[in-house]
Amino acid sequence: MKTQGSPLLAGLLFAATSMVGHTAEVQVAVAANFTAPMQKIAAEFEKDTGHKALLAFGATGKFYAQIKNGAPFAVFLAADEKTPATLESEGDAVPGSRFTYAIGTLVLWSAKPGFVDDQGAVLKKGEFQHLAIANPKTAPYGAEAIKVLTRLSLLDAIQPKLVTGENISQAYQFIVTGNAELGFVALSQVMFDGKLSSGSAWIVPADLHDPIRQDAVILAKGKDQPAAKALVEYIKGKKATAIIQSYGYNL
Amino acid sequence: MTADEAIHARFCVSWPGFTFDVDLDLPGHGVTALFGHSGSGKTTLLRCLAGLERRSIGSLRFKGEVWQDSERGLFRPTHQRPLGYVFQEASLFAHLSVQQNLDYGRKRVSHAHPVSLQHAVELLGIGHLLDRMPERLSGGERQRVAIARALATSPALLLMDEPLAALDLKRKNEILPYLERLHDELDIPVCYVSHSPDEVARLADHIVLLSEGRVVAAGGLRETLARLDLPTAFTEDAGVVIESVVADHDQIYHLTRLDFAGGNVVVARRPEPVGRRLRFRVHARDISLTLTRAEGTSIINRLPATVIEIATADTPAHVLVRLDAGGTPLIARITRRSLDHLEVAPGKLLWAQIKAVALLA
Amino acid sequence: MLSAVDLAAIWLTLKLATVTTAILLIVGTPIAWWLAGTRSRFKVLIGALVALPLVLPPSVIGFYLLITLGPHGPVGQLTQWLGWGILPFTFAGLVVASALYSLPFVVQPLQQAFEAIGPRPLEVAATLRASPWDSFFTVVVPLAKPGFITAAILGFAHTVGEFGVVLMIGGNIPEKTRVVSVQIYDHVEALEYAEAHTLAGGMLLFSFLVLLALYSRKGRNAWT
Repeated sequence: MKTQGSPLLAGLLFAATSMVGHTAEVQVAVAANFTAPMQKIAAEFEKDTGHKALLAFGATGKFYAQIKNGAPFAVFLAADEKTPATLESEGDAVPGSRFTYAIGTLVLWSAKPGFVDDQGAVLKKGEFQHLAIANPKTAPYGAEAIKVLTRLSLLDAIQPKLVTGENISQAYQFIVTGNAELGFVALSQVMFDGKLSSGSAWIVPADLHDPIRQDAVILAKGKDQPAAKALVEYIKGKKATAIIQSYGYNL
Repeated sequence: MTADEAIHARFCVSWPGFTFDVDLDLPGHGVTALFGHSGSGKTTLLRCLAGLERRSIGSLRFKGEVWQDSERGLFRPTHQRPLGYVFQEASLFAHLSVQQNLDYGRKRVSHAHPVSLQHAVELLGIGHLLDRMPERLSGGERQRVAIARALATSPALLLMDEPLAALDLKRKNEILPYLERLHDELDIPVCYVSHSPDEVARLADHIVLLSEGRVVAAGGLRETLARLDLPTAFTEDAGVVIESVVADHDQIYHLTRLDFAGGNVVVARRPEPVGRRLRFRVHARDISLTLTRAEGTSIINRLPATVIEIATADTPAHVLVRLDAGGTPLIARITRRSLDHLEVAPGKLLWAQIKAVALLA
Repeated sequence: MLSAVDLAAIWLTLKLATVTTAILLIVGTPIAWWLAGTRSRFKVLIGALVALPLVLPPSVIGFYLLITLGPHGPVGQLTQWLGWGILPFTFAGLVVASALYSLPFVVQPLQQAFEAIGPRPLEVAATLRASPWDSFFTVVVPLAKPGFITAAILGFAHTVGEFGVVLMIGGNIPEKTRVVSVQIYDHVEALEYAEAHTLAGGMLLFSFLVLLALYSRKGRNAWT
């Protein structure tokens, strides 16, 4: 991927600047669904501590492959709990640094107001051409969306209408441009200040899928970086928690 | 010639720095040479006749048929005009064999005489080349095929744009006889662009002199070439063309006598039999004038002639004198000093000494 | 070695490249012909527009396609009005996107071939009674054959190698929009490296052979 160039370069810059003062930069890999809250948290983090968090957003599976191949991330905010655990067991993360920073909520969302009812009956009616999800093979929200459809016994009926985004952001993109009438995204993507920002949505009940626990971990590369530890502590703090909850995550 | 037999052409095309503006009648038979220096508009005239110059404004009537009339918005596209066009470079289709090149036009003409192709192949001596691809032909062979390809469509008008210009002397001499046979055997009008006086003298019946996009003179070849009022550009090469008949061969001195209206000339032995028509050209610079029939000179050819008119030549030191030798026009280029010394004036009877003749065969 | 899903992706890719190449030859030929012959002041403008996909990142093309072909975009409105629905997530949509994306790879070799031929053969054909259409097919097309072959090879290969645009408007639907390049990406993302290797290696070999064929055609006209 072309984007690999800039984190690498930033990593070099980081190495250079970290030796200068006690404020430092920290490279963070962030699950796509957590984009908006993390940008806010990083801004507050910099204001409060002077450390700068350099954020890269993407699919959790892709980050896993990049970390295994030497990407210079110090902290990883995954979209699931499995990936950080795997990294820890494989020696790529600092043991005991794992924690759940957010519990994601799956939402069936449409950019059109009134299209999605608050019972999700729109799924059974099937009056749509395309339903967008994130790639279930690589994105936890995609996998959970498939579980929802399976439990509703609608998977076979809807399968031909499924369009798959590379990650949850692309699924959102398909829906927001109207190319897909509706789709499963993270509540955090369509919620702002505790309200639905646009369109219509059905918050999928917790019994239809497993809770999407999103775990964070300090990676081996961040072991000796004070800024990495500082960021993790900051995310656990009150201010960050409030931000996270305002985007519809449970904690 | 009746009006319906002729070609009436009026064209105007402009480019930055060049305006082409002509209005002329071309005869509906024989070879008309379009003569002039490069940039004079010869090729443009030919392209206008063919309809390849779509920006030309004007009118063209070919033997009563309207091919172009810009005022009425009429323009018959090239592919609907019954003409043959031979370009300066042979322009054979590289992806087709000689035979396929010849067939290309012929197949697209419903009224093509089946004999045309056969005749053209024979006329141009390309029967042995039919299976070859163009890349395996010499320059002369290519040009012969291109001419045959144009003839195979049984055109009503043949346009040739310096078909020999791209060839060396040897190739030229290889093709010229074929062109002469065309002249003798075809009865369609031919417009032949050239800047070679020899080619023109050899092939043309009529001539159109062009200079800077305008017609300077037009008419029969002999009458036009004998005119003295042509621009300087043409007088450097002034001279006349004379049609003669082989009259006698002198076996002892290896000479041949050529008769023409108003006299005869003797030239080195020619291979042509007695009675054969032969054209020759006499340059103005090769004629000198004497008041009396000179004796004690090595020059054999002396003709009595009457002075018709006198005109300026290409240098201030010279003048051109037009004479009439018993019905045959002659032009002599002499110094202004000789003019005064001999008191040459219209009506005066003189002897023209011909130093050399250029035989065109 | 190759799973049914992989085989489906390969088959789809070949189908997409074939259809796209055919359409590009039909659409690209008149564009290239016009560009080669025109003195219009729009020549530079159209030439630059055609060349745009050479320099634009696929993400830009994909993004704008997603919007214009979508239900609120001008093309999307048109296709819906015609009763065709919208083009993203369909094979037809991929064909449209690929045609746009590979357009310069077809137009430019054709334009060069036409320019090399020049107007003379057409003039000759006209004096031999061939109408413009007639002479185009009997003279220009045969003479420009090497250009057509190069254009077809490049258009085909470039479509096979396309990834970004397909990713952005395809929706990754098996047998409809999941082409080989996307399939490889999926395998890599899912850490299925063995499967990724098989497909990626095949792609590498294919691309190399295509270029080999192309360069050996060109190599025949050497200086020495």
